Parts: sequence; structure tokens; C-alpha cells
Amino acid sequence: MSAVSLTNIVKRFGDFTAVHKMSLDIAEGSFVTLLGPSGCGKTTTLRMIAGLLDPSEGEIAIKGKRVNDVPIHKRNLGLVFQNYALFPHKTVADNVAFGLKYRNIDKDEMRRKVAEALELVQLPDLGGRYPKELSGGQQQRIALARAIVIEPDVLLLDEPLSALDANLREDMRVELKRIQQRIGVTTVFVTHDQTEALAMSDQIIVMSKGRVEQVGAPEEVYNTPASEFVAQFLGASNLLPARCTDVSGGEVALELPGFPSFAIPAARAPQVSAAGPVRLVIRAEKLHLTRPGAEAGDGLSVDATVENVDYQGQSARYFLKVAEHQMQAVNMIDERPFATGEQVSLRFRARDCAALPAGSNA
Amino acid sequence: MGWRLIRAYTVLVYLFMFLPIAVVVLLSFNANQFGSFPMTGLSTRWFETLWQNEAIMRAFRTSILLGLMTAGVSTVLGVLASLALVRYAIPGRNLITTLLIAPILVPEVVLAVALLLFLNFLNIGKSFTLLLMGHVIFTLPFVILVVQARLVSIRRDVEEAALSLGASPTQTFFSITLPLLMPAVAAGGLFAFTISFDDITGTLFWKPGGIETVPTQIFSMLRNSISPEINALGTVIIVLTVGLPLIGAAVARKLATKSGG
Repeated sequence: MSAVSLTNIVKRFGDFTAVHKMSLDIAEGSFVTLLGPSGCGKTTTLRMIAGLLDPSEGEIAIKGKRVNDVPIHKRNLGLVFQNYALFPHKTVADNVAFGLKYRNIDKDEMRRKVAEALELVQLPDLGGRYPKELSGGQQQRIALARAIVIEPDVLLLDEPLSALDANLREDMRVELKRIQQRIGVTTVFVTHDQTEALAMSDQIIVMSKGRVEQVGAPEEVYNTPASEFVAQFLGASNLLPARCTDVSGGEVALELPGFPSFAIPAARAPQVSAAGPVRLVIRAEKLHLTRPGAEAGDGLSVDATVENVDYQGQSARYFLKVAEHQMQAVNMIDERPFATGEQVSLRFRARDCAALPAGSNA
Repeated sequence: MGWRLIRAYTVLVYLFMFLPIAVVVLLSFNANQFGSFPMTGLSTRWFETLWQNEAIMRAFRTSILLGLMTAGVSTVLGVLASLALVRYAIPGRNLITTLLIAPILVPEVVLAVALLLFLNFLNIGKSFTLLLMGHVIFTLPFVILVVQARLVSIRRDVEEAALSLGASPTQTFFSITLPLLMPAVAAGGLFAFTISFDDITGTLFWKPGGIETVPTQIFSMLRNSISPEINALGTVIIVLTVGLPLIGAAVARKLATKSGG
């Protein structure tokens, strides 16, 4: 039984369709991320699960029970917002205890649970403070404690890390994942940050313009994007027009100008079934720059010219010209970065490439 | 030169505004039975006569009762109206807001006569309830303005968080929204009370026979003579209508800092 299941959910605001027909099953105890740019419908979907919005069509079930007509306060959900949304007039302890007041729990039990929750978020001594006396990171931990202390059926996180600054965000990411694994609560996480999604999720749902682009484990979504949108949204990808000349023997043979012809595993091009125009997807970090004439490895090699360098300390992003194609590569820097105008040899392995049907740009 | 002129002019304007008030306060402590200068000595006798004047005390009680009831009704209605207008997508929201604020813009005499004619037309006689309704009409805009401004600044997700934790919409209102709204509710109530307390125009039109509020009582006393009692009464009213909002503002600021603004 899935913890949350959406069946043919549609959400319209007037003439605008925020979420197109969408079905989704979220497994008990899993960490699922709705990933996409702003306006893709991810928050709308979350709010429908929460009961803050009613779907225009379709059915929502939590733990196998239809909840379309169950108001939010009877759904037993934990909700964490981007801006913490702590009650400013209540102390930290009263904030955390708030949900327990509506759950017939005696005073001692309540105190014990609050202490436990504060312990879990590693802020056991802040119970007597007011929210505005805490830092952003601390406030978000308290908000998390408040949401999990009621032992919700589902924990819904709406961009909970976006308001924090970069370093804190990474710490909180690890912390959040640790807490989620410890208590094993089914979690739906909304973010526009692909790094957060890849690092934390069991399953990622990539959305764009109100539609689901791809559902899969982080590696699957990253390595075998199902559409050009996914390829470009998750990490830097090179998308090159190519021709598929043959599909046979578990391999897809490709041809593109300036490159030697090569074949990629069919598993990396599940949507390509016959010869015809395709799009070749190569991740920027799978392209390795070497000096021309260096020892050839097991991969393919093409000549390229460095057009621009974006120096990032330990690594560099190179903007390259390969035959008629503009490409990007991200490489660790060995001794010194390549310079603008330098002739290089570009190496990559065929099995690191993926291919999409040419018309798949959603 | 220019600046000096402006400064002198400013001082004169302030004198023009506050000197009469100062004179009233000063003369209320005059021992002489003619309320005029020169003062012959300090005394609180006029406050004592005031205290013993049955008509004035009755008017005073009426005004306090009317003010409190006006404040009560206005804040309840004002909070409900603000909630509806800010939190729900009501069709014609802007129009309704304008209509609710309009009594501030319409001259009070017009409003007073209009309500009177309307009730005449419906064959409803003057009564204390009618007087109360009238006061509510022109104190409500102040409450709505103050409460709406505050409500806009209360983040929706705080209420959503309370709902998600199991509080019903009503419980959410009383445990989250209302406490956060309290400074504005208190300020609105105080406004309503002071406006009602010193209103005369509307009150003259609407009050039933035999009921006097403090301002109408003063008004009728002035028709006979200018008694020093009136100075004393004026002083009391000044203290009330200036002091209450000041105390209110201080309390509101205290509440606001405690709840994190």
C-alpha cells in the first residue's frame, strides 16, 4: 500500500492549468522529491496533498484512504515551510507542543515528546526561547521538530532549505536526511535545487509546466534523462543533434558531424527504437580534456578548441567548439587549467552518452 | 530670515491650537466662581461640584457605557470584516472595503440626517440601540483600517502550519490569528471608544429624549451659562481622550515587541 497516491490529479486556476493529469504512488517510508523550476506545479501538488488546495479533478489517498474531502487539520500531516512559519508569540517548547494539544496526550507525555523532538533536532536547550531569538537554521530545525512530534503519516517539506545560506543549507540537508531515516517517515520534498534532490531522494519526480517529465531514482534520472528538459535541468548537459543509423544487438549506432561514428548501449536510449534524427546527451563532467597527442584511452576522441574558461578553483568549466557544435565540459584542474584558444583533444566514453528522440523537448 | 519667520509662524499655529485647551485646563482649577482671568487661587472645587452634579454624572455613565459598547461591537465586526476581506477572495472585495471606509469621508451631519430619515421611513423610533448603531457606523472604518493593515502582515503559512498540526480553523483563529492581531484589535477598540466618547454631531441627531452623553450635556449647559464646571468637565474629557490612546499605544507597542511584530 502506498503512503500517498495521486490518481489523475488535475489542478486548474481559472483558465490556467497548474497541474496536468498526474498520477503518482509514493512508497511507505520513502523520501520523494518533486523537482522543477518555479511555476512547474510542484508546490501546487504538495499543497493538494496537504489539503491546502482542492484538486480540480482526480483522487488523493493517504495510507489507502481517500482524503479529497478530509480537511487539512484531520489529515495528520507534518508540514514544513520555506519561511519556517513558527508561531512568533509562543516559545519554542509551546511551538513544538502545539500539535500535541489536539491529540489527547497527558501533560507528562507531552513534555517528554517535546524534549525528545528537540533532542532529535539537536536543540535540546532552546525550549524557553522565542522564535525571533533563534537563527534561521535553528528556526527551521524547530519547525521540523514541530512537524514530526505529532508522528505524521506523511511529512511534507516545501523548499525548507531555500531560505538558508549556502553552508548552512548543506549541513541542514545532511541533518534532514539523517532525521528522516531515523524516524522513517514518508517524506515529500519540494525543491528547485537539483543538488538537494539528487543528494536526499529515494525517488525524484521531475516536473515542468505542470507535467511530470520523469520519475526515477536519482542516478536513473541523472544518467538516463527521459527528455531534453530533464537533461538540461539536472546538471550541465550537452545536447547535440545526431542521427541514429541503426538499432540492433542492444546498441544504438549514432552519427554526428565532426565525430567518429559510435554506438551507445540501448539502455541509455530507451526511447530510440529506429533509425532517424535523435539528440545526443553528454554530461559536461563526462568530457575529459587532454593535450593533443596524449595517450589515447578506451574512449572516443575529437579535436576541440577552448573558447572560454570559467575558473572555479578545484575545477573549471570550459566552453568548447567541436566542429560546428558549442559544448561545455567541467573538469578537475590538473596543475593548470587549459587556456582560452588552446587546441585540446576531447575524450569521452560511448557508454556515458544517452540519446533522446529528436522531438522530445517538452 | 526666512527660517526665523517660519519658526515664529509655527509657534503661533501651535499656540492657536493649544492655548484654548490650556486655558480650559487652567481655569478648571480656578477658585473664583466666574470662570475667567485673573485667577484668584487654586482649587479643585469645580471637580467636586462636577462629581455632585447628578445630570453630568449620568451623562458620564451613559458616555462610558456607549463608548464601551461601541468599541466592543466595532472591534468584533471590524475583525470579522477584515478577515473576510483579507483572507478570502470575495467578489467585489475592493468595493466593499470602500463602502466600509466611506463613513470617514462623508460629512457626519449628512450621515446623521441620512440614518435618521432612513429610520423614520422604516417607522423605527430613536433609541439607545439606534445611537449605538450610529456610533458603530462611523467607528467601524477606523477599526477595519487598523486591523486590515495588521492582518496583511500576518503570514498565511503560520495559520496553515497550525491547521496542519490539527487545529481546526476556529481553534487556529483563537490560538494563532487573534493573539497576533491583538495589538491592532486593542488600538482599534481604543479609537472606537474615544471617537464615540467625544462625538456630538451624530449623537445630537440620534439620541432619544432624556438621554445625554457628556458632549451633549456640555452643549446644553453652555446654552444657559458658562459655568466653571464645564472647564472641569473639559479637563476630564481631555485627560480621557488624550490619555487613553497614549496608554493604548504604549500597551500595543509592548504587545508587538513581545510577539515579534
